Amino acid sequence: MKNTVRLFVLFVLLALVVGACGAPATEAPAMEEPFRVAVVMPSAINDLAFSQSMYDALLRIQEDMGGSENFEIVYSENMFVVDDASAALRDYASQGFDLVIGHGSQYGSSLQEIAPDFPETSFAWGTTVDTFGLPNVFAYEAASDQGGYVNGVIAASLSESNTMGVVGPIETGDAKLYVDGFVAGAKATKPDIQVNVNYIGSFSDVALASEAANTHVSAGADVLTGTAQMVVGAIGVAEENNVLWFGTQSNQTSLAPSIVVASQVYHWEVVLAEIIELINAGTLGGQSFVIDLANGGEMIEFNPDYAVPAEVQALADTTIQGIIDGSIATK
Amino acid sequence: MISDLFSVTVLVGILASGIRLATPYLYAAIGETFGQRSGVLNLGVEGQMLLGAFAAFYVARTTGNLGLAVLVAMLVGAIMGLAMAFVTVNLHAQQGISGIGFYLFGLGLSDLLFQKMLGTVETVRGFPKIHIPVLSDIPGLGEIFFSQNLLVYAAYLLVPIAWFVLNKTTLGLKIRSVGENPEAADSLGVSVAGIRYFTIVLAGTLSGIAGASLSIALLNVFQQNMTSGLGFIAVALVYFGGWRPWGVLGGALLFSMVNSLQLWIQVLGIPIPSDIAVMMPYVLTILVLVATVSRVRGPSALTKPFERED
Repeated sequence: MKNTVRLFVLFVLLALVVGACGAPATEAPAMEEPFRVAVVMPSAINDLAFSQSMYDALLRIQEDMGGSENFEIVYSENMFVVDDASAALRDYASQGFDLVIGHGSQYGSSLQEIAPDFPETSFAWGTTVDTFGLPNVFAYEAASDQGGYVNGVIAASLSESNTMGVVGPIETGDAKLYVDGFVAGAKATKPDIQVNVNYIGSFSDVALASEAANTHVSAGADVLTGTAQMVVGAIGVAEENNVLWFGTQSNQTSLAPSIVVASQVYHWEVVLAEIIELINAGTLGGQSFVIDLANGGEMIEFNPDYAVPAEVQALADTTIQGIIDGSIATK
Repeated sequence: MISDLFSVTVLVGILASGIRLATPYLYAAIGETFGQRSGVLNLGVEGQMLLGAFAAFYVARTTGNLGLAVLVAMLVGAIMGLAMAFVTVNLHAQQGISGIGFYLFGLGLSDLLFQKMLGTVETVRGFPKIHIPVLSDIPGLGEIFFSQNLLVYAAYLLVPIAWFVLNKTTLGLKIRSVGENPEAADSLGVSVAGIRYFTIVLAGTLSGIAGASLSIALLNVFQQNMTSGLGFIAVALVYFGGWRPWGVLGGALLFSMVNSLQLWIQVLGIPIPSDIAVMMPYVLTILVLVATVSRVRGPSALTKPFERED
């Protein structure tokens, strides 16, 4: 019996080790004093959504700074369990990273607890504006309503059935901003358009996201959009039914090149560059940042293979200009 | 508004969605039913599904052969089942805990393989919808029942087969007796270990197909942790269905239909907060469970390892 227990414990440990292997990965160590950044993310670095937007931004910064000798990136992905994320954040902080990022609003309370213990380390988290009044915490968020608004304007212009559908995760934060912006943009373009919104209550249930999209199509929608990483299920349904798709967070064109019209893409590097500059100058936190269309932290990236009619493209451009100069309100 | 719920479009939409959503539950829960009727609780379903989903997706993506993809998913599920059988039957490990171990193993390994072999979310050409001639042209009913893909049809076909095997064959009798009274079954010359190996491997195989039904038939993508708890709900459905295939079918359909109903409630703009709407399937399941389950008794030897007294 004892042997059995021992074997079993060994097996579970093995399972845990293999499970853990998927998560952390490290870039090659550097020669002399690189800027070292660690990031904890709720989903995978290649989720074509929220986490990927941050990882891609870090890679672009690394490229600008001349590679991993000057800019070291370490990450933990799929940290959907906040307790695990909290342990990872504390671990990174104690390893002396220059900047530790908790990329998810669920990590806020962990950072609030950890940051005071490491006054020499700079922390950043989002999406939020709250730095807890701590001198070593930065906050960042995306004005996702702006890109949502532009997507809504283009989408309404292209809709022939006058019905559109939105697949959302949970009615809060970044997702709610995007969805509300999309609806506002659509209504501003066609006041009588019907925009059906569906929050499925999960960031990971791909199957339910797919059925939410089916529901929209049955209700007559010919344009769909959605936010968070589970929308890959909805994009498949859009492609199958040949209805248009608008993406957000990352460029989703590669998933369905025939029906994706445009994606709002987050370029967090705009914010990250500022934060890094501040850290190098000795300021470790206390400020919050927003990416938006004006500062280039948000961009509308069109699918080059989808021909948007010239007048719709012109409308999109004037909408973007209007949001940037403040003449259009997106909330 | 509420009255909009009763239009033909909405009813057809709810039923068609519900039938699709129930498909992965059926494969996984029917397999689990066999396992539990023989006295073994397998909580590793979710891990088996994830590995099956990845294997099917990868094979379909690289070879384009959907039949082969399903076979490989079945094989992967069967191997996981074999390991589970070894741990629970030969080593007499505590079934609930070892099941969680297998779940974590499947979750981690499918993630690792995805990172190393694919690296990014991609799509695949999966099983197409089959429109059954004549029947699929029936208004409403055609869309609900006769315009689904092959793996959906097969899942529903599995229910009567499972019922027949469990209740009308010698094999079924042996499975049930091993789950109720393994000592008696053993004294009558039934191999308890053999039967349990068979049911656990069968359960793994079906969980593999459950995963494949997601990745190459219903969704045609693979993403880390894409099952998102489906495997655990499948285990709950076995209790819900009173360890009977038809009961499992009822539970899977009820849960899925209420889930698709709540999607429509939001689309139609019925003023219920989305947080409440998404709770509906779970609340209803608990209510039905409370109302019915106390009257149904599970297999007596469930979760009890069998040791021959020589």
